Amino acid sequence: MSAVAVDNPLIAGIRKLGKVTLFFFRLLAQCGPALARPGLVIQQIYNAGARSLIIIMLSGLFVGMVLALTGIDLLQRFGSEDVLGVAAALGLLKQLGPVVTALLFAGRAGTSLTSEIGLMRATDQLTAMEMMAVDPMRYVVAPRFLGGIIAMPLLVAIFDIVGLFGAQLVGVQQMGVNAGTFWSNMQASVSMDDVTEGIVKSVAFGIACTLIAVYEGYHADPTAEGVGLATTRTVVASAVLTLIITYFLTAAFL
Amino acid sequence: MHYGVPQRPIFRGLDIKVRKGRITAIMGPSGTGKTTLLRLITGQISPSRGSVVVWGNDLSTLGRSEIYALRKRMGMLFQNGALLTDLSVFENVAFPLREHTDLPEPLIRTLVLTKLHAVGLRGAAYLMPGELSGGMARRVALARAIVMDPEVLIYDEPFVGLDPISMGVIVRLIRQMNEGLGLTSIVVSHDVQELSTIAHDSYLMSGGKVVAAGTPQELASSGLEVVKQFMTGSDDGPVPFHYPAPDYRKDLLEEGE
Repeated sequence: MSAVAVDNPLIAGIRKLGKVTLFFFRLLAQCGPALARPGLVIQQIYNAGARSLIIIMLSGLFVGMVLALTGIDLLQRFGSEDVLGVAAALGLLKQLGPVVTALLFAGRAGTSLTSEIGLMRATDQLTAMEMMAVDPMRYVVAPRFLGGIIAMPLLVAIFDIVGLFGAQLVGVQQMGVNAGTFWSNMQASVSMDDVTEGIVKSVAFGIACTLIAVYEGYHADPTAEGVGLATTRTVVASAVLTLIITYFLTAAFL
Repeated sequence: MHYGVPQRPIFRGLDIKVRKGRITAIMGPSGTGKTTLLRLITGQISPSRGSVVVWGNDLSTLGRSEIYALRKRMGMLFQNGALLTDLSVFENVAFPLREHTDLPEPLIRTLVLTKLHAVGLRGAAYLMPGELSGGMARRVALARAIVMDPEVLIYDEPFVGLDPISMGVIVRLIRQMNEGLGLTSIVVSHDVQELSTIAHDSYLMSGGKVVAAGTPQELASSGLEVVKQFMTGSDDGPVPFHYPAPDYRKDLLEEGE
Protein backbone atom coordinates (compact mmCIF):
# COMPACT_ATOMS: atom_id res chain seq x y z
CA MET A 1 0.00 0.00 0.00
CA SER A 2 1.86 3.07 -1.19
CA ALA A 3 1.19 6.58 0.05
CA VAL A 4 0.30 7.72 -3.48
CA ALA A 5 -2.46 5.16 -3.78
CA VAL A 6 -4.08 6.33 -0.55
CA ASP A 7 -3.95 10.00 -1.45
CA ASN A 8 -5.60 9.57 -4.82
CA PRO A 9 -9.36 10.06 -4.25
CA LEU A 10 -10.26 8.05 -7.34
CA ILE A 11 -8.34 5.03 -6.13
CA ALA A 12 -9.67 5.49 -2.61
CA GLY A 13 -13.18 5.58 -4.06
CA ILE A 14 -12.66 2.41 -6.07
CA ARG A 15 -11.16 0.72 -3.05
CA LYS A 16 -14.18 1.64 -0.95
CA LEU A 17 -16.52 0.39 -3.65
CA GLY A 18 -14.67 -2.91 -3.59
CA LYS A 19 -14.93 -3.11 0.19
CA VAL A 20 -18.66 -2.39 0.10
CA THR A 21 -19.13 -5.07 -2.57
CA LEU A 22 -17.23 -7.67 -0.52
CA PHE A 23 -19.23 -6.67 2.53
CA PHE A 24 -22.44 -7.07 0.50
CA PHE A 25 -21.53 -10.62 -0.52
CA ARG A 26 -20.59 -11.55 3.05
CA LEU A 27 -23.91 -10.11 4.12
CA LEU A 28 -25.86 -12.05 1.47
CA ALA A 29 -24.26 -15.28 2.66
CA GLN A 30 -25.59 -14.58 6.16
CA CYS A 31 -29.12 -13.64 5.07
CA GLY A 32 -30.24 -17.27 4.77
CA PRO A 33 -29.19 -18.20 8.32
CA ALA A 34 -30.70 -14.92 9.57
CA LEU A 35 -34.06 -15.77 7.99
CA ALA A 36 -34.08 -18.94 10.09
CA ARG A 37 -34.51 -16.60 13.08
CA PRO A 38 -37.64 -14.70 12.01
CA GLY A 39 -38.00 -13.09 15.43
CA LEU A 40 -34.90 -10.96 14.93
CA VAL A 41 -35.95 -9.92 11.42
CA ILE A 42 -39.49 -9.03 12.50
CA GLN A 43 -38.08 -6.89 15.31
CA GLN A 44 -36.02 -4.99 12.72
CA ILE A 45 -38.97 -4.59 10.33
CA TYR A 46 -40.75 -3.02 13.26
CA ASN A 47 -37.78 -0.74 14.04
CA ALA A 48 -37.21 0.39 10.47
CA GLY A 49 -40.81 0.27 9.25
CA ALA A 50 -43.40 0.80 11.95
CA ARG A 51 -41.37 3.48 13.67
CA SER A 52 -41.08 5.43 10.39
CA LEU A 53 -44.83 5.28 9.71
CA ILE A 54 -45.83 8.66 11.06
CA ILE A 55 -43.29 10.73 9.16
CA ILE A 56 -43.94 8.69 6.01
CA MET A 57 -47.71 9.25 6.20
CA LEU A 58 -47.44 12.90 7.08
CA SER A 59 -44.95 13.53 4.28
CA GLY A 60 -47.02 11.49 1.83
CA LEU A 61 -50.12 13.52 2.56
CA PHE A 62 -48.40 16.83 1.93
CA VAL A 63 -46.49 15.64 -1.13
CA GLY A 64 -49.80 14.47 -2.63
CA MET A 65 -51.46 17.79 -1.83
CA VAL A 66 -48.62 19.83 -3.34
CA LEU A 67 -48.62 17.58 -6.40
CA ALA A 68 -52.34 18.26 -6.91
CA LEU A 69 -51.89 22.03 -6.49
CA THR A 70 -49.02 22.16 -8.98
CA GLY A 71 -50.84 19.77 -11.34
CA ILE A 72 -54.08 21.70 -11.37
CA ASP A 73 -52.24 24.96 -12.01
CA LEU A 74 -50.51 23.43 -15.02
CA LEU A 75 -53.43 21.40 -16.37
CA GLN A 76 -55.96 24.26 -16.12
CA ARG A 77 -53.83 26.28 -18.55
CA PHE A 78 -54.45 23.55 -21.12
CA GLY A 79 -58.02 22.88 -20.03
CA SER A 80 -57.22 19.31 -19.14
CA GLU A 81 -57.75 19.14 -15.38
CA ASP A 82 -59.61 15.85 -15.97
CA VAL A 83 -56.28 14.06 -16.08
CA LEU A 84 -55.20 15.38 -12.66
CA GLY A 85 -55.73 11.92 -11.16
CA VAL A 86 -53.46 10.33 -13.75
CA ALA A 87 -50.77 12.96 -13.26
CA ALA A 88 -50.83 12.56 -9.49
CA ALA A 89 -50.83 8.78 -9.64
CA LEU A 90 -47.94 8.56 -12.10
CA GLY A 91 -45.91 11.15 -10.24
CA LEU A 92 -46.40 9.38 -6.94
CA LEU A 93 -46.10 5.74 -8.04
CA LYS A 94 -43.12 6.16 -10.34
CA GLN A 95 -41.06 8.92 -8.78
CA LEU A 96 -42.06 10.77 -5.66
CA GLY A 97 -43.26 7.78 -3.65
CA PRO A 98 -40.05 5.73 -3.84
CA VAL A 99 -37.64 8.69 -3.87
CA VAL A 100 -39.11 10.74 -1.03
CA THR A 101 -39.66 7.60 1.05
CA ALA A 102 -36.03 6.57 0.51
CA LEU A 103 -34.78 10.02 1.54
CA LEU A 104 -36.93 9.97 4.67
CA PHE A 105 -35.91 6.38 5.37
CA ALA A 106 -32.24 7.33 5.19
CA GLY A 107 -32.80 10.13 7.67
CA ARG A 108 -35.02 8.23 10.06
CA ALA A 109 -34.07 4.52 9.91
CA GLY A 110 -30.65 4.66 8.21
CA THR A 111 -29.14 6.97 10.79
CA SER A 112 -30.45 4.89 13.67
CA LEU A 113 -29.04 1.70 12.10
CA THR A 114 -25.61 3.29 11.61
CA SER A 115 -25.36 4.78 15.06
CA GLU A 116 -26.69 1.63 16.74
CA ILE A 117 -24.21 -0.69 15.03
CA GLY A 118 -21.40 1.88 15.40
CA LEU A 119 -22.02 2.14 19.12
CA MET A 120 -22.10 -1.63 19.43
CA ARG A 121 -18.66 -1.60 17.80
CA ALA A 122 -17.45 1.19 20.09
CA THR A 123 -18.59 -0.63 23.23
CA ASP A 124 -16.97 -3.94 22.19
CA GLN A 125 -20.33 -5.68 21.79
CA LEU A 126 -19.46 -6.88 18.29
CA THR A 127 -16.06 -8.17 19.45
CA ALA A 128 -17.73 -9.86 22.41
CA MET A 129 -20.04 -11.69 20.01
CA GLU A 130 -17.09 -12.80 17.91
CA MET A 131 -15.42 -14.05 21.07
CA MET A 132 -18.55 -16.04 21.86
CA ALA A 133 -18.21 -17.55 18.39
CA VAL A 134 -21.31 -15.72 17.16
CA ASP A 135 -20.83 -13.97 13.83
CA PRO A 136 -22.12 -10.39 14.25
CA MET A 137 -22.84 -10.33 10.53
CA ARG A 138 -25.45 -13.02 11.11
CA TYR A 139 -26.82 -11.88 14.44
CA VAL A 140 -26.66 -8.08 14.10
CA VAL A 141 -26.15 -6.96 10.52
CA ALA A 142 -28.16 -9.42 8.41
CA PRO A 143 -31.46 -9.07 10.35
CA ARG A 144 -31.21 -5.28 10.13
CA PHE A 145 -30.44 -5.46 6.43
CA LEU A 146 -33.41 -7.76 5.76
CA GLY A 147 -35.65 -5.64 7.96
CA GLY A 148 -34.80 -2.53 5.94
CA ILE A 149 -35.30 -4.25 2.58
CA ILE A 150 -38.70 -5.60 3.62
CA ALA A 151 -39.84 -2.38 5.26
CA MET A 152 -38.99 -0.03 2.37
CA PRO A 153 -41.52 -1.29 -0.26
CA LEU A 154 -44.23 -1.40 2.41
CA LEU A 155 -43.46 2.19 3.40
CA VAL A 156 -43.51 3.25 -0.26
CA ALA A 157 -46.93 1.63 -0.73
CA ILE A 158 -48.29 3.48 2.28
CA PHE A 159 -46.72 6.74 1.11
CA ASP A 160 -48.38 6.32 -2.32
CA ILE A 161 -51.82 5.61 -0.89
CA VAL A 162 -51.73 8.52 1.54
CA GLY A 163 -50.30 10.72 -1.23
CA LEU A 164 -53.18 9.87 -3.57
CA PHE A 165 -55.61 10.64 -0.79
CA GLY A 166 -53.92 14.03 -0.36
CA ALA A 167 -54.10 14.72 -4.11
CA GLN A 168 -57.77 13.82 -4.10
CA LEU A 169 -58.34 16.05 -1.10
CA VAL A 170 -56.95 19.10 -2.91
CA GLY A 171 -58.01 18.25 -6.49
CA VAL A 172 -61.54 16.97 -5.90
CA GLN A 173 -62.61 18.44 -2.56
CA GLN A 174 -60.91 21.84 -2.80
CA MET A 175 -60.43 22.62 -6.51
CA GLY A 176 -63.62 20.95 -7.69
CA VAL A 177 -62.31 18.39 -10.20
CA ASN A 178 -65.02 15.81 -10.85
CA ALA A 179 -64.46 12.80 -8.58
CA GLY A 180 -65.58 10.33 -11.25
CA THR A 181 -63.15 11.55 -13.90
CA PHE A 182 -60.35 11.86 -11.30
CA TRP A 183 -60.55 8.18 -10.39
CA SER A 184 -61.72 6.64 -13.69
CA ASN A 185 -58.99 8.33 -15.75
CA MET A 186 -56.47 7.14 -13.22
CA GLN A 187 -57.79 3.61 -13.41
CA ALA A 188 -57.81 3.64 -17.23
CA SER A 189 -54.36 5.16 -17.75
CA VAL A 190 -52.15 3.77 -15.02
CA SER A 191 -50.84 0.39 -16.12
CA MET A 192 -49.26 -2.43 -14.20
CA ASP A 193 -45.89 -1.39 -15.66
CA ASP A 194 -46.09 1.91 -13.78
CA VAL A 195 -46.75 0.08 -10.55
CA THR A 196 -43.90 -2.33 -11.27
CA GLU A 197 -41.52 0.58 -11.83
CA GLY A 198 -42.35 1.89 -8.37
CA ILE A 199 -41.90 -1.51 -6.77
CA VAL A 200 -38.56 -2.13 -8.49
CA LYS A 201 -37.34 1.29 -7.37
CA SER A 202 -38.47 0.81 -3.81
CA VAL A 203 -36.65 -2.53 -3.57
CA ALA A 204 -33.50 -1.02 -5.12
CA PHE A 205 -33.58 1.92 -2.69
CA GLY A 206 -34.24 -0.46 0.19
CA ILE A 207 -31.12 -2.44 -0.66
CA ALA A 208 -28.97 0.65 -1.31
CA CYS A 209 -30.00 2.69 1.74
CA THR A 210 -29.91 -0.21 4.19
CA LEU A 211 -26.60 -1.53 2.84
CA ILE A 212 -25.00 1.90 3.25
CA ALA A 213 -26.40 2.27 6.76
CA VAL A 214 -25.17 -1.09 8.04
CA TYR A 215 -21.82 -0.81 6.24
CA GLU A 216 -21.08 2.60 7.71
CA GLY A 217 -22.11 1.46 11.18
CA TYR A 218 -20.08 -1.73 11.01
CA HIS A 219 -16.96 0.13 9.87
CA ALA A 220 -17.37 3.24 12.02
CA ASP A 221 -14.33 4.31 14.04
CA PRO A 222 -15.08 3.16 17.59
CA THR A 223 -15.25 6.69 18.99
CA ALA A 224 -17.99 9.26 19.51
CA GLU A 225 -16.61 11.27 16.59
CA GLY A 226 -16.33 8.18 14.38
CA VAL A 227 -19.95 7.17 14.93
CA GLY A 228 -21.09 10.75 14.27
CA LEU A 229 -19.16 10.92 11.00
CA ALA A 230 -20.45 7.52 9.92
CA THR A 231 -24.03 8.66 10.53
CA THR A 232 -23.48 11.74 8.40
CA ARG A 233 -21.96 9.66 5.61
CA THR A 234 -25.00 7.38 5.70
CA VAL A 235 -27.43 10.20 5.05
CA VAL A 236 -25.33 11.88 2.37
CA ALA A 237 -24.44 8.69 0.50
CA SER A 238 -27.99 7.31 0.68
CA ALA A 239 -29.52 10.53 -0.65
CA VAL A 240 -27.08 10.91 -3.53
CA LEU A 241 -27.22 7.24 -4.48
CA THR A 242 -31.04 7.26 -4.38
CA LEU A 243 -31.17 10.10 -6.88
CA ILE A 244 -28.59 8.50 -9.17
CA ILE A 245 -30.40 5.14 -9.12
CA THR A 246 -33.70 6.89 -9.85
CA TYR A 247 -32.29 8.36 -13.03
CA PHE A 248 -31.02 5.05 -14.35
CA LEU A 249 -34.12 3.06 -13.42
CA THR A 250 -36.43 5.70 -14.89
CA ALA A 251 -34.44 5.60 -18.12
CA ALA A 252 -34.58 1.82 -18.12
CA PHE A 253 -38.38 1.76 -17.75
CA LEU A 254 -39.09 4.30 -20.53
CA MET B 1 6.20 -14.10 18.08
CA HIS B 2 6.38 -10.77 16.29
CA TYR B 3 3.59 -8.36 15.56
CA GLY B 4 3.41 -4.81 14.34
CA VAL B 5 1.36 -2.22 12.58
CA PRO B 6 3.06 -0.47 9.66
CA GLN B 7 6.01 1.60 10.89
CA ARG B 8 5.48 0.58 14.50
CA PRO B 9 6.46 -2.82 15.78
CA ILE B 10 4.50 -3.70 18.91
CA PHE B 11 5.98 -7.08 19.77
CA ARG B 12 9.56 -8.06 19.02
CA GLY B 13 10.16 -11.67 19.90
CA LEU B 14 7.52 -12.07 22.57
CA ASP B 15 7.46 -15.52 24.14
CA ILE B 16 4.79 -16.42 26.65
CA LYS B 17 3.55 -19.81 27.81
CA VAL B 18 0.30 -20.27 29.65
CA ARG B 19 0.07 -23.46 31.68
CA LYS B 20 -3.10 -25.44 32.19
CA GLY B 21 -5.07 -24.95 35.38
CA ARG B 22 -3.07 -21.94 36.53
CA ILE B 23 -3.61 -18.22 36.73
CA THR B 24 -1.17 -16.45 34.46
CA ALA B 25 -0.78 -12.72 34.89
CA ILE B 26 0.44 -10.58 32.03
CA MET B 27 1.50 -7.18 33.29
CA GLY B 28 2.99 -4.16 31.68
CA PRO B 29 2.73 -0.41 31.51
CA SER B 30 -0.10 1.12 29.47
CA GLY B 31 0.58 1.04 25.76
CA THR B 32 2.73 -2.10 25.76
CA GLY B 33 0.09 -3.91 23.73
CA LYS B 34 -1.59 -6.04 26.37
CA THR B 35 -4.97 -5.85 24.68
CA THR B 36 -3.30 -6.48 21.32
CA LEU B 37 -1.80 -9.62 22.82
CA LEU B 38 -5.27 -10.85 23.79
CA ARG B 39 -6.51 -10.22 20.27
CA LEU B 40 -3.62 -12.35 19.00
CA ILE B 41 -4.36 -15.14 21.47
CA THR B 42 -8.01 -15.27 20.42
CA GLY B 43 -7.26 -15.19 16.71
CA GLN B 44 -8.80 -11.81 15.98
CA ILE B 45 -5.51 -10.74 14.38
CA SER B 46 -2.51 -12.74 13.17
CA PRO B 47 1.16 -12.26 14.04
CA SER B 48 3.41 -10.97 11.26
CA ARG B 49 6.07 -13.51 12.23
CA GLY B 50 6.05 -16.48 14.59
CA SER B 51 2.98 -18.26 15.79
CA VAL B 52 0.24 -18.36 18.38
CA VAL B 53 -0.41 -21.93 19.44
CA VAL B 54 -3.62 -22.76 21.30
CA TRP B 55 -4.18 -26.38 22.41
CA GLY B 56 -1.59 -27.48 19.91
CA ASN B 57 -3.23 -25.61 17.01
CA ASP B 58 -1.33 -22.87 15.23
CA LEU B 59 -4.00 -20.19 14.88
CA SER B 60 -2.66 -18.85 11.57
CA THR B 61 -3.30 -22.23 9.90
CA LEU B 62 -6.94 -22.34 10.99
CA GLY B 63 -9.98 -21.13 9.06
CA ARG B 64 -12.73 -18.96 10.45
CA SER B 65 -14.97 -21.83 11.53
CA GLU B 66 -12.11 -23.64 13.28
CA ILE B 67 -11.19 -20.48 15.17
CA TYR B 68 -14.85 -20.12 16.15
CA ALA B 69 -14.79 -23.73 17.40
CA LEU B 70 -11.76 -22.92 19.58
CA ARG B 71 -13.42 -19.78 20.89
CA LYS B 72 -16.34 -21.84 22.16
CA ARG B 73 -13.83 -23.35 24.59
CA MET B 74 -12.69 -19.90 25.77
CA GLY B 75 -14.45 -17.25 27.77
CA MET B 76 -13.43 -13.64 27.70
CA LEU B 77 -14.17 -10.83 30.07
CA PHE B 78 -13.94 -7.40 28.48
CA GLN B 79 -12.76 -4.26 30.19
CA ASN B 80 -16.21 -2.64 30.08
CA GLY B 81 -18.21 -5.86 30.20
CA ALA B 82 -19.40 -5.49 26.59
CA LEU B 83 -22.90 -6.65 27.51
CA LEU B 84 -25.45 -6.53 24.71
CA THR B 85 -27.41 -3.43 25.61
CA ASP B 86 -30.71 -4.51 24.04
CA LEU B 87 -30.92 -7.71 26.12
CA SER B 88 -31.64 -8.11 29.83
CA VAL B 89 -29.02 -9.48 32.22
CA PHE B 90 -30.68 -12.90 32.03
CA GLU B 91 -30.74 -12.91 28.22
CA ASN B 92 -27.13 -11.72 28.08
CA VAL B 93 -25.98 -14.71 30.09
CA ALA B 94 -28.31 -17.01 28.14
CA PHE B 95 -27.04 -15.65 24.80
CA PRO B 96 -24.18 -18.15 24.16
CA LEU B 97 -26.45 -21.04 25.21
CA ARG B 98 -29.22 -19.99 22.85
CA GLU B 99 -26.74 -19.49 20.01
CA HIS B 100 -24.78 -22.71 20.39
CA THR B 101 -27.09 -25.25 22.00
CA ASP B 102 -30.63 -26.57 21.66
CA LEU B 103 -31.15 -26.90 25.39
CA PRO B 104 -34.75 -26.74 26.60
CA GLU B 105 -35.87 -23.49 28.23
CA PRO B 106 -36.08 -24.84 31.84
CA LEU B 107 -32.47 -26.06 31.61
CA ILE B 108 -31.26 -22.72 30.19
CA ARG B 109 -33.03 -20.96 33.04
CA THR B 110 -31.36 -23.21 35.59
CA LEU B 111 -27.91 -22.75 34.06
CA VAL B 112 -28.24 -18.98 33.79
CA LEU B 113 -29.52 -18.57 37.35
CA THR B 114 -26.72 -20.80 38.68
CA LYS B 115 -24.05 -18.72 36.99
CA LEU B 116 -25.67 -15.47 38.07
CA HIS B 117 -25.85 -16.80 41.61
CA ALA B 118 -22.13 -17.60 41.48
CA VAL B 119 -21.38 -13.92 40.81
CA GLY B 120 -23.99 -12.81 43.34
CA LEU B 121 -26.38 -11.22 40.86
CA ARG B 122 -29.26 -13.69 40.62
CA GLY B 123 -31.49 -10.93 41.95
CA ALA B 124 -30.50 -8.64 39.06
CA ALA B 125 -31.50 -11.15 36.36
CA TYR B 126 -34.24 -8.99 34.93
CA LEU B 127 -32.48 -5.64 34.96
CA MET B 128 -31.16 -4.11 31.74
CA PRO B 129 -27.39 -3.52 31.33
CA GLY B 130 -27.97 0.24 31.51
CA GLU B 131 -29.25 -0.13 35.08
CA LEU B 132 -26.07 -1.80 36.35
CA SER B 133 -23.00 -0.23 37.93
CA GLY B 134 -19.60 -0.84 36.34
CA GLY B 135 -18.69 -3.56 38.82
CA MET B 136 -22.03 -5.31 38.41
CA ALA B 137 -21.77 -5.20 34.62
CA ARG B 138 -18.38 -6.86 34.84
CA ARG B 139 -19.75 -9.60 37.09
CA VAL B 140 -22.61 -10.25 34.66
CA ALA B 141 -20.04 -10.43 31.87
CA LEU B 142 -18.13 -12.95 33.98
CA ALA B 143 -21.27 -15.05 34.38
CA ARG B 144 -21.75 -14.90 30.61
CA ALA B 145 -18.11 -15.86 30.02
CA ILE B 146 -18.45 -19.04 32.11
CA VAL B 147 -21.93 -20.10 31.06
CA MET B 148 -20.57 -22.40 28.33
CA ASP B 149 -18.10 -23.93 30.84
CA PRO B 150 -14.96 -22.84 28.98
CA GLU B 151 -11.54 -24.34 29.63
CA VAL B 152 -9.75 -21.01 29.42
CA LEU B 153 -10.93 -17.71 30.80
CA ILE B 154 -9.32 -14.50 29.63
CA TYR B 155 -9.64 -11.29 31.62
CA ASP B 156 -8.85 -7.97 29.95
CA GLU B 157 -8.01 -5.37 32.63
CA PRO B 158 -10.59 -6.74 35.10
CA PHE B 159 -9.72 -4.24 37.86
CA VAL B 160 -9.81 -0.96 35.97
CA GLY B 161 -12.12 1.68 37.38
CA LEU B 162 -13.58 -0.39 40.21
CA ASP B 163 -14.12 0.71 43.79
CA PRO B 164 -12.22 -1.30 46.45
CA ILE B 165 -15.22 -3.48 47.28
CA SER B 166 -15.97 -4.44 43.66
CA MET B 167 -12.26 -4.96 43.13
CA GLY B 168 -12.13 -7.38 46.07
CA VAL B 169 -15.18 -9.21 44.70
CA ILE B 170 -13.60 -9.62 41.26
CA VAL B 171 -10.30 -10.81 42.72
CA ARG B 172 -12.13 -13.40 44.81
CA LEU B 173 -14.23 -14.51 41.83
CA ILE B 174 -11.17 -14.97 39.62
CA ARG B 175 -9.59 -17.20 42.24
CA GLN B 176 -12.84 -19.12 42.81
CA MET B 177 -13.36 -19.72 39.10
CA ASN B 178 -9.83 -21.03 38.85
CA GLU B 179 -10.01 -23.32 41.86
CA GLY B 180 -13.64 -24.39 41.70
CA LEU B 181 -13.92 -25.00 37.98
CA GLY B 182 -10.30 -25.93 37.26
CA LEU B 183 -10.05 -23.18 34.67
CA THR B 184 -6.91 -21.91 33.07
CA SER B 185 -6.94 -18.14 33.52
CA ILE B 186 -5.09 -15.39 31.73
CA VAL B 187 -5.30 -12.02 33.43
CA VAL B 188 -4.02 -8.96 31.65
CA SER B 189 -3.66 -6.00 33.93
CA HIS B 190 -1.36 -3.40 35.39
CA ASP B 191 -2.65 -3.66 38.93
CA VAL B 192 0.40 -5.22 40.53
CA GLN B 193 -1.03 -5.49 44.04
CA GLU B 194 -4.20 -7.33 43.05
CA LEU B 195 -2.43 -9.65 40.67
CA SER B 196 0.26 -10.65 43.12
CA THR B 197 -2.38 -12.09 45.45
CA ILE B 198 -3.85 -14.46 42.85
CA ALA B 199 -1.36 -15.17 40.06
CA HIS B 200 0.64 -18.37 39.88
CA ASP B 201 2.85 -17.19 37.02
CA SER B 202 3.55 -13.62 35.97
CA TYR B 203 5.03 -12.06 32.91
CA LEU B 204 6.10 -8.43 32.75
CA MET B 205 6.12 -6.95 29.27
CA SER B 206 7.95 -3.87 28.14
CA GLY B 207 9.15 -2.66 24.77
CA GLY B 208 7.51 -5.55 22.94
CA LYS B 209 9.30 -8.26 24.92
CA VAL B 210 8.96 -10.14 28.15
CA VAL B 211 11.42 -8.46 30.50
CA ALA B 212 10.74 -10.63 33.51
CA ALA B 213 8.88 -13.84 34.31
CA GLY B 214 8.23 -15.87 37.41
CA THR B 215 6.05 -15.88 40.48
CA PRO B 216 4.88 -12.49 41.78
CA GLN B 217 7.37 -12.83 44.64
CA GLU B 218 10.24 -13.38 42.24
CA LEU B 219 9.23 -10.29 40.29
CA ALA B 220 9.03 -8.22 43.45
CA SER B 221 12.58 -9.13 44.42
CA SER B 222 13.99 -8.69 40.92
CA GLY B 223 17.09 -6.56 40.48
CA LEU B 224 16.17 -5.35 37.00
CA GLU B 225 15.59 -1.59 36.81
CA VAL B 226 12.52 -1.83 34.59
CA VAL B 227 10.89 -4.41 36.86
CA LYS B 228 11.64 -2.35 39.97
CA GLN B 229 10.17 0.74 38.36
CA PHE B 230 6.96 -1.07 37.44
CA MET B 231 6.53 -2.85 40.77
CA THR B 232 7.16 0.30 42.83
CA GLY B 233 5.47 2.73 40.49
CA SER B 234 8.18 5.38 40.15
CA ASP B 235 7.47 7.84 37.37
CA ASP B 236 10.80 7.84 35.56
CA GLY B 237 13.26 5.08 34.86
CA PRO B 238 13.83 2.69 31.97
CA VAL B 239 10.20 3.38 31.05
CA PRO B 240 10.47 7.12 30.43
CA PHE B 241 7.96 9.59 31.81
CA HIS B 242 8.26 11.63 28.59
CA TYR B 243 7.04 10.45 25.25
CA PRO B 244 9.99 10.84 22.82
CA ALA B 245 10.22 14.54 21.85
CA PRO B 246 12.80 16.97 20.49
CA ASP B 247 14.92 18.98 22.90
CA TYR B 248 12.64 20.95 25.25
CA ARG B 249 14.56 24.23 25.07
CA LYS B 250 14.89 24.12 21.30
CA ASP B 251 11.20 23.22 20.93
CA LEU B 252 10.06 26.23 22.96
CA LEU B 253 12.39 28.69 21.23
CA GLU B 254 11.32 27.53 17.77
CA GLU B 255 7.74 28.63 18.46
CA GLY B 256 8.04 32.18 17.07
CA GLU B 257 9.76 31.29 13.80
